[in-house]
Amino acid sequence: MSDWVEACAAEDIDEEDVMRFDHAGRTYAIYRSPDDEYFATDGLCSHEKVHLADGLVMDDIIECPKHNGRFNYKTGDARGAPVCVNLKTYPVKVDAGKVLIQLG
Amino acid sequence: MVIIGAGECGGRAALTLRDLGFEGPVTLVGDEPHLPYERPPLSKEAMTSEAPFIKAIASDELLAERSIRHIHSLRVVAIDRVAHIVSLSDGSSLAYDKLLLATGSVPRKLPMPGLGGRCVYLRTFNDALAIRAHLSAGNRVAIIGGGFIGLELAASARKLGAAVTVIEAQPRILMRGVPAEIAEIIHKAHEAESVRVLTGQGIASIADDGAEVRITLADGQQVVADLAVIGIGAVPVTTLAAEAGLAIDNGIAVDGHLRTEDPDIFAAGDCCSFPLAIYGGRRVRLEAWRNAQEQGALAARNMLGADEAHAAVPWFWSDQYGLTLQIAGLSDEGKSIVRRDLDDGAFILFHLAEDGRLVAASGIGPGNAVARDIRLAEMLIAKRARPAPEALGSQAVKLKSLLAA
Repeated sequence: MSDWVEACAAEDIDEEDVMRFDHAGRTYAIYRSPDDEYFATDGLCSHEKVHLADGLVMDDIIECPKHNGRFNYKTGDARGAPVCVNLKTYPVKVDAGKVLIQLG
Repeated sequence: MVIIGAGECGGRAALTLRDLGFEGPVTLVGDEPHLPYERPPLSKEAMTSEAPFIKAIASDELLAERSIRHIHSLRVVAIDRVAHIVSLSDGSSLAYDKLLLATGSVPRKLPMPGLGGRCVYLRTFNDALAIRAHLSAGNRVAIIGGGFIGLELAASARKLGAAVTVIEAQPRILMRGVPAEIAEIIHKAHEAESVRVLTGQGIASIADDGAEVRITLADGQQVVADLAVIGIGAVPVTTLAAEAGLAIDNGIAVDGHLRTEDPDIFAAGDCCSFPLAIYGGRRVRLEAWRNAQEQGALAARNMLGADEAHAAVPWFWSDQYGLTLQIAGLSDEGKSIVRRDLDDGAFILFHLAEDGRLVAASGIGPGNAVARDIRLAEMLIAKRARPAPEALGSQAVKLKSLLAA
């Protein structure tokens, strides 16, 4: 249950950006923060099941592309209407230029 | 605090009052029997999902937990501004210190004789249920009006297998607020899904015998349908405000803080017209989900004394088939257009004013292909930025980099 899964290469994601990662029938979003750290959350917005990876990253916030619901992608906290359910987050590490995410 | 209208705007206002720590009584009055709910799904998911569902803004539990009293199925019939009392349709009354009018809008009626039970409008969940019952495979649906509600309904009806004809009096669909280049993409998408789209077609007469609607067009052509849905725009609900002596100007007239001329009465959402600071105070009325939400929250803050002006850039979206359209700003403020092509056939039109200021951005593409760039454009519009047209037009230049400039 604590397997680390390779999601992408570290350089695949620009700073202050996000990328979609699908694995075993589920979808995740991988983030690279402006200070060059990596994070991962569930990939779908808790409001209407929209892919967050199509949204905009500003500082430590990911904004849903559909209705502008906002989450702190580092903690998963919902940041105001219309979202009220937090996002699940996953541990991430970078190893030899690869971004690994711990699922389960 | 009393809020008249329990839609997106009123519901959001009530929740915001509590978010801000207001502890006095909050009463939300709505004339529908349902919990406050989101209307955007009514033309889409509420039609096509396996079972119709209401997307509630707040559950009964949440309303109880936040001590929000929700009075449903009743109308406010009068406002006594001197006594600070509103009267309800069951004869009861409510006292208020601050009052918010979030009365919304209702479908514009087609001013023609001959309309019967098979000619309907879409505004409420109950309207949606009535329409849904007729959208099955093999049924014929006529949509009068090629605006967003009509076109989204057309897409939903096709998904369910109904035969659909859209009748638009203007020379093209989506005349209001949508650039021709984008309307063209949507027009073609509908034709590709076998929707008959008739533009530049006035209606000469309608005959509805309760089982079937026969629509005769100006050129003599006839469209026969099991159901006709009329989607020709919306009008603000202002009667209550007008009877209370408040100024009406294409909606309940409010200032940039959403205040009417009565310091204790605010108005927000579809029902009000307000000055938009980013367009030099141009008075507008918006019929959009996000505006309802933002203004509901802003009105709540100002009812508690925040003294905050509306600063948001207008924004809306529409989903039809696999396409999503998003528009930020008012495109009719633009004098020239710069096109930016994105992946998968998606593109954005940037609308620039004479002085080079970015005033609007209109995008269309599959899924959420344009969402991120439209959001960035919205921020550029809010900043009154004058980005170089070459930079806007080149996919190689990130819009985010223009924001930092």
